[in-house]
Amino acid sequence: MIEIERVVKSYGDRKVVDQVSLTVESGAFCVLLGTSGCGKSTLLKMVNRLIPATEGTIRVGGEDIRGIPAEQLRRRIGYAIQSIGLFPHWNIEDNIATVPRLLKWPEARIRDRVTELLDLFHLDPELYRRKRPSQLSGGQQQRIGVARALAAEPELLLMDEPFGALDPITRDVLQTELARIHKATGTTILFVTHDIDEALRLADRIAIMDSGRLVQHTTPIDLLEHPANDFVRDFIGRSEISLKLLSVRTVAERLRPAERGDGEPIAATAPLREALALMIARGTGRLPVSDAAGHPVGAVLLEDLIQ
Amino acid sequence: MTGGHPGLRAARGALGSAIFWVGLLFAASLFLLPTLRPLFEWAFPGVEPAVYNRTTFLALWLSHAGLVLVSSLVSALVGIGFALFVTRGAGREFRAAVDSVAGIGQTFPPTTVLAVAVPIVGFGVTPTLIALMLYGLLPIVENAIAGFESVSASVLEAGAGMGLSPLQLFWRVELPLAAPLILTGIRTSVIVNIGTATIGSTVGAVTLGTPIISGLVGEKMPYVIQGTIVVGLFAILTDLVFDRLDQALRSRRNG
Repeated sequence: MIEIERVVKSYGDRKVVDQVSLTVESGAFCVLLGTSGCGKSTLLKMVNRLIPATEGTIRVGGEDIRGIPAEQLRRRIGYAIQSIGLFPHWNIEDNIATVPRLLKWPEARIRDRVTELLDLFHLDPELYRRKRPSQLSGGQQQRIGVARALAAEPELLLMDEPFGALDPITRDVLQTELARIHKATGTTILFVTHDIDEALRLADRIAIMDSGRLVQHTTPIDLLEHPANDFVRDFIGRSEISLKLLSVRTVAERLRPAERGDGEPIAATAPLREALALMIARGTGRLPVSDAAGHPVGAVLLEDLIQ
Repeated sequence: MTGGHPGLRAARGALGSAIFWVGLLFAASLFLLPTLRPLFEWAFPGVEPAVYNRTTFLALWLSHAGLVLVSSLVSALVGIGFALFVTRGAGREFRAAVDSVAGIGQTFPPTTVLAVAVPIVGFGVTPTLIALMLYGLLPIVENAIAGFESVSASVLEAGAGMGLSPLQLFWRVELPLAAPLILTGIRTSVIVNIGTATIGSTVGAVTLGTPIISGLVGEKMPYVIQGTIVVGLFAILTDLVFDRLDQALRSRRNG
């Protein structure tokens, strides 16, 4: 859990972060959203003390971070950044093992942990363990970057636009993997991005910032349905709010159990946006819906999407 | 070659390497030049003795190498120190100043440095050391700065963010990544100084330049040739050794 209380960061007269209070519950996936220069990265870096806060208090796991030596604090917190920053002169195993080695884990445990993490990211451990970062693609490097951040089983993971430099396809794959890993590990994540779609896809809470201030902190659906002001509306994209809502709501929410439809069924867990796309593609207003096991459970209708 | 044969078995692996052959030639030049005396007498009739014999070439080389070693060590320490200072924190402001100071050291021809230093510190080894240190500083400073600046900011940020202390970050990340370029600077500096040290003999330092200067002054061409052969082979051998070091450093980084 992170508790940020009335935190200020100023450089001279300029307040980059202005009186921000924000609580991220244990196990939550909180996305800090905003334009560049809004102070979101600065706020993130104050949590692991890469940037000292000018005023206010930050607590991690209930402890005031000023009471913990910076290096010890950082070894408890995973950190992944857009530019990745793998150590080019170390192989993949040594890169992932950075924090466990600092924490003096036994070598056997480190080896097992590296294997486990490479498996988690679908990278064959025996194939990748000894490779150098330069031998990996951008997407693979960022997988290693995130694996390295997770290596010492941190209570908290800070991610600063980790997928910002990747191509759309790779970004999509890594978002899916991160969501899966978040579910599997339950690590609290604070994630910075300027990409509203990325935020909607990953977050269970979105904190949106403007000019150093926290504008709104809520669930993705609430953000879309009740934007706090014009800035939020503009940021989401006024004309597209309805489409974005379809991407955070699932088919199950508009399911008509009594109805049936023809053709290939759509999963009840799929976002409604996917249902709409399928309807357009097939030229129909009705799709059959199936559960995880593939059994028909009802249908979804166009009129329910546009209501 | 009439010298003792090195163990053939031990040598077999080295036979293909340039270091081995140049090293052998160099050792021969140190010890066996006097045996070529008939050749020099034939080529330069009237020069007596035909091979420089006031000091052994071994003694000249030891003194020469000592001068280069000491001056390069000092240049390396000072140069890397300057580079460290101007690539972080408050020192960044001094980057341009350090650059130009080190540059000035190289703009003066070494003879000028000697001429200026002699009235201040007297004849002998000291003015030579001063000239070599100044002269060797620039390549070391410039390459070390380039080396430290080649370490990407994101690598350092990630390292700090994971909880490496500033010292751990320096020894485990920054220095190993900068090392190949730092070595390049030291290599240039040492090779240049091996040549430049010969001039030290004009102010009384004992170097491989001693027979060269003496040959030039006394119009004894064979001495010039003999000194040049030894110092040339010494420079080539040293460069080859640095090349080997460089490969070792890079393969440790990449392999």
